[in-house]
Amino acid sequence: MMKYTAKITIALKEGMLDPEARAIQHALANLGFSTGFLSTARIFIITLEAENEEAAKAEAERMCERLLANPVIHRYEVEVGA
Amino acid sequence: MRFAVVQFGGSNCDRDVVHAVSDVCGVDCDLVWYKDGITTDYDAVILPGGFSYGDYLRAGAIAARTPVMEGIRRHAAAGGLVLGICNGAQIGAESGLVPGTFTTNATPKFICRPVCLRVETTASPFTRLYREGEVIRVPIAHKEGRYVASPEVLARLNAEGRVAFRFCDADGNVIPAANPNGAAENITGVLGGPAKNVLCLMPHPERASEEVLGSADGRRIFLGMIRSIEEAGPGA
Repeated sequence: MMKYTAKITIALKEGMLDPEARAIQHALANLGFSTGFLSTARIFIITLEAENEEAAKAEAERMCERLLANPVIHRYEVEVGA
Repeated sequence: MRFAVVQFGGSNCDRDVVHAVSDVCGVDCDLVWYKDGITTDYDAVILPGGFSYGDYLRAGAIAARTPVMEGIRRHAAAGGLVLGICNGAQIGAESGLVPGTFTTNATPKFICRPVCLRVETTASPFTRLYREGEVIRVPIAHKEGRYVASPEVLARLNAEGRVAFRFCDADGNVIPAANPNGAAENITGVLGGPAKNVLCLMPHPERASEEVLGSADGRRIFLGMIRSIEEAGPGA
């Protein structure tokens, strides 16, 4: 078994209302920053043991499917490194 | 007849619901710690409001994946009554008892106030004692209560009469101005289960179950459940 680090990014699906992003954008505007698009996302860094990189990625994706993401509103990306 | 109210760490409306069911409606009601599981044959299970697991990850997400929910899903699949209120509704949606999900309000802040709801269907155990189109007054108290579902799911809910309640104005008009959290189609109560035997709603009927609380409009949800259980008879 090898040790891997999975970086999991959970974000809202395209077109989903992101009220927090909108509030942040307003706050930035109040500080004089002009932003075209702003979205929020959540990143999880998880270390795990697996046979190989593909298995580690598959395991991290199962974590997204089972708990970390809500398929109604979220999309996710998994990057795995040693 | 016996109801169960499931208590998670962070539940805070559990005792209010027990009071509404037992003292107000006169039915035996157990407070069940989630780790103890649902071991008795209950006629109805209620997931109360609160902040289970501190709303970590997403409201209701972690409670929805605790072992007690497997028993509750089986109970619901067999036609047993399940009522999810506020955080209980979030847990119900996260565990697939109803489609869609409840997420951050369109204005991302906690809203706690009475609202008007229009009863969309009376063809469920929870809504049978109302009149279709009736406007009732029940409080909401949430930050993650905006109902979201795909267009396909919304179409199915409408076609199958699985929308129980929509936010409306005092005259029963379902309009954006009467939508406190930006919910899709003003929906705030969704029916699930094979026989519309699951209701997940964001408003708190237990907080509107006695006149002294300012409204007793929510009481008929519990009374409707009780009536349905009585009609089904013992052992059903």
